[in-house]
Amino acid sequence: MQATNILILILGLGAFAFFLGRGRSLALAKPLGGIRKLHSLPSYYGLHAALWCSLPSLLLLAMWVMFDDPLINSIVVESVAAEIAPTDAASYNLLLNKISNLADGILPRKGESAALIAAADHMEALRVISRWSLTALLLTLSGLGLLWGWSRISASFRARPVVEKVMQNILLACACLAIFTTVGIVFSVLFESIQFFRSVPIFDFVFGLEWSPQTAIREDQVGSSGSFGAVPLFVGTLLVSAVAMVVAVPIGLMSAIYLAEYASKSVRTYAKPALEILAGIPTVVYGFFAALTVAPFLRDLGASFGLSVSSESALAAGGVMGVMIIPFISSLADDVITAVPQSMRDGSLAMGATQSETVRRVIIPAALPGIVGGIMLAISRAIGETMIVVMAAGMAAKLTANPLESVTTVTVQIVTLLTGDQEFDSPKTLAAFALGLMLFTVTLLLNIFALHIVKKYREQYD
Amino acid sequence: MTEPVNNLDKIKKSLSRRNRAEKRFRWYGRLAIFIGLAAVMVLFTDIISKGHGAFRITYIELEVTYDQDRIGVENLTDPEQLANGNWEALPKAALRNEFNDVSGRRDKRKLYGLISSGAGFDLKDRLLANPLLLGETEKVWILADDDIDTYYKSWLDGEPYAARMSAKQLQWIDELHAQGKIRLQFNSNLFTRGDSREPEQAGIRGAVMGSLLTLILTLLLSFPIGVSAAIYLEEFAPRNRWTDFIEVNINNLAAVPSIIFGLLGLAIFINFFHIPRSVPIVGGLVLTLMTLPTIIITSRAAIKSVPPSIREAALGMGASKYQVVLHHVLPLSLPGMLTGAIIGMAQALGESAPLLMIGMVAFIVDIPAGFSDPATVLPVQIFLWADSPERAFIEKTSAAIMVLLSFLIIMNTVAVWLRKRLERRW
Repeated sequence: MQATNILILILGLGAFAFFLGRGRSLALAKPLGGIRKLHSLPSYYGLHAALWCSLPSLLLLAMWVMFDDPLINSIVVESVAAEIAPTDAASYNLLLNKISNLADGILPRKGESAALIAAADHMEALRVISRWSLTALLLTLSGLGLLWGWSRISASFRARPVVEKVMQNILLACACLAIFTTVGIVFSVLFESIQFFRSVPIFDFVFGLEWSPQTAIREDQVGSSGSFGAVPLFVGTLLVSAVAMVVAVPIGLMSAIYLAEYASKSVRTYAKPALEILAGIPTVVYGFFAALTVAPFLRDLGASFGLSVSSESALAAGGVMGVMIIPFISSLADDVITAVPQSMRDGSLAMGATQSETVRRVIIPAALPGIVGGIMLAISRAIGETMIVVMAAGMAAKLTANPLESVTTVTVQIVTLLTGDQEFDSPKTLAAFALGLMLFTVTLLLNIFALHIVKKYREQYD
Repeated sequence: MTEPVNNLDKIKKSLSRRNRAEKRFRWYGRLAIFIGLAAVMVLFTDIISKGHGAFRITYIELEVTYDQDRIGVENLTDPEQLANGNWEALPKAALRNEFNDVSGRRDKRKLYGLISSGAGFDLKDRLLANPLLLGETEKVWILADDDIDTYYKSWLDGEPYAARMSAKQLQWIDELHAQGKIRLQFNSNLFTRGDSREPEQAGIRGAVMGSLLTLILTLLLSFPIGVSAAIYLEEFAPRNRWTDFIEVNINNLAAVPSIIFGLLGLAIFINFFHIPRSVPIVGGLVLTLMTLPTIIITSRAAIKSVPPSIREAALGMGASKYQVVLHHVLPLSLPGMLTGAIIGMAQALGESAPLLMIGMVAFIVDIPAGFSDPATVLPVQIFLWADSPERAFIEKTSAAIMVLLSFLIIMNTVAVWLRKRLERRW
């Protein structure tokens, strides 16, 4: 790959600049009476030269890699002969792919029209120009940077503050990546969702009772008008999450209480990590377990009681999800329970309460905000959980509160709408982003609220 | 004066009830822990009992004649002849030779169904490795078809599953078994081949390589960036709104559902920057964004655990703030950061939902060799196989899960070991 080679070249030049700068500072220091006559340590002069040599080139390289392909593509497509010129977005992409494959030699050139071959040659020529001009530019830039950094070295030059300032900015940029990620998420889902809400009114989406995202391929097709009412998905998601919580909250909470208040030290050291294994198992494994072991078991069990349990029941998916969440709740609850001051326990015990009464009447009420926060985080995790429901819950959007039936969830629909090849701006794919927006908003609110509660609670006893 | 209220009787009466409640409460706790641990046990036993069989696979011994005319190849160095050669004819002829009383199209098709459809190509590789075999006859153990494999294994276990077998095939297998010409061997294909539509030929090598490439990229990006961000936030950031905002963002990103990161990757990396789908580059970028919060949070904790006296001593000796961090704080907190990085990588290794969004869910036979080759990863391979209708894939899926879980167990053990071994208590 061309970019990788250039990257290695730039880094090599940077290393070269480091030794050059360091050597020059040492040479300067010698007649003056050693490096203590320099303002900074010799390695800082080296770093200074290396930064000047490689940093501007790296930035240029990053910009170039980002923008040269789209630029070349648009130039080529602008200049193609009129008979193959694209008419809409779909044919534009098709044409571009074809030209690009011809230029790369992936498709054979035999039998293609002259106009296409000309376009492919054009693209190839532009790419060569781009590559060479990039290399030339980068080398010049690195060389100039090196010269500048090198020429500034003198005994009184303050190299360390300059280097540290640059480093500080690099560190700051890394920290800001978290903000860029959030902004990126918001923009990517928001932008596509707005496009979606142009074709489907937001009211119909949020309050519509029917979900069948199959849009008509032909104009006159029957029965696939495509309706995007998301209520069945919300209900399905809530149902699965509710089942998960019914499993996870009592078990997680009780095991946290037992581990924190009753268990001997040896039990604690073994049982706690053993429970936490559950948190480390990948969700796809839970999905497989739910779909192939738990669901058939529940179906057979239901049949023996005369109940009809769907083979993709919300119960199986939710139950297994609950098992996955147990360690999450138990470790969060454990944290808040151990944070309750010992004096409160002692006070209650001294009044003659039994240990369980202390737990129920004193510790749990004191730890309640933290526990509620933890449960909310767990709910947000259950709502966003994907693989288990994709593998073990169904595809059919049913409006039901019966956990024995199959339901579908928001995440399942996002996955089904977006996997496989389809046009990017059909309402079907855009609907996935609208669902993503809902999911993001709800989980974000839950998280912010829960983190706020937990933080407040922590401050209370700190 | 009123009589002092004597509650003693009342208390004594209620005491046994309260003690019973206490006992019950303890048993609830024990029960909860037992359920949790039982879930771990059931999960592992279920996966292992389903998957252990996949490490062995059925082979059938046949006498193969490398007949030049039948293959239609004269010169083994000519690639065009090799590509056009009728390799499938070799095992078919060997089967007809073994059961020479079979006639009729239908029976013959059943007969050919005994062995894997890729058997001819295995023989081709064998011949190319040893060109002297051309024209010769030798006894070869040939890979059996997945239905045969499923049946033979279940038959050996005493519960034959013959739903997809014909009566003739059952009879043939009995004959082969009586002659010792059918046996289970170690399934090396599972570890040396890429994905396939035929369960007996499918392996996890491609997925493991894809996971490895994706993880390397994730580690290379997320560790330096995460550590830098943590250093900035712990050591240099002024306490102001901007820093608070960064912190809120990091904490929230840690709790955002992973599938949302997939949507981000799809919208930004694929639709905006036009990076091709299904490549480890996009996978690595998405997983980097996903694991960054974890790494930042653990790295910050590690930095925090370095006592301030170290910093003050270094500052007192005239070090600059950066020298303090680079020469003292960073080396001392590195074990904790490494532990965090390993945990983040384990999380990334098991993640599949965001990768489904960016097209790493494609059916890919070739083993990826670079960051820009189409690839899939181990958890997604598990997802794909779990969806396949062939019964033999259940076994394969469980085996792939066992491999994935062993990787995760190794990574977590290393993390725990590192923490115990290298972390200093101040």
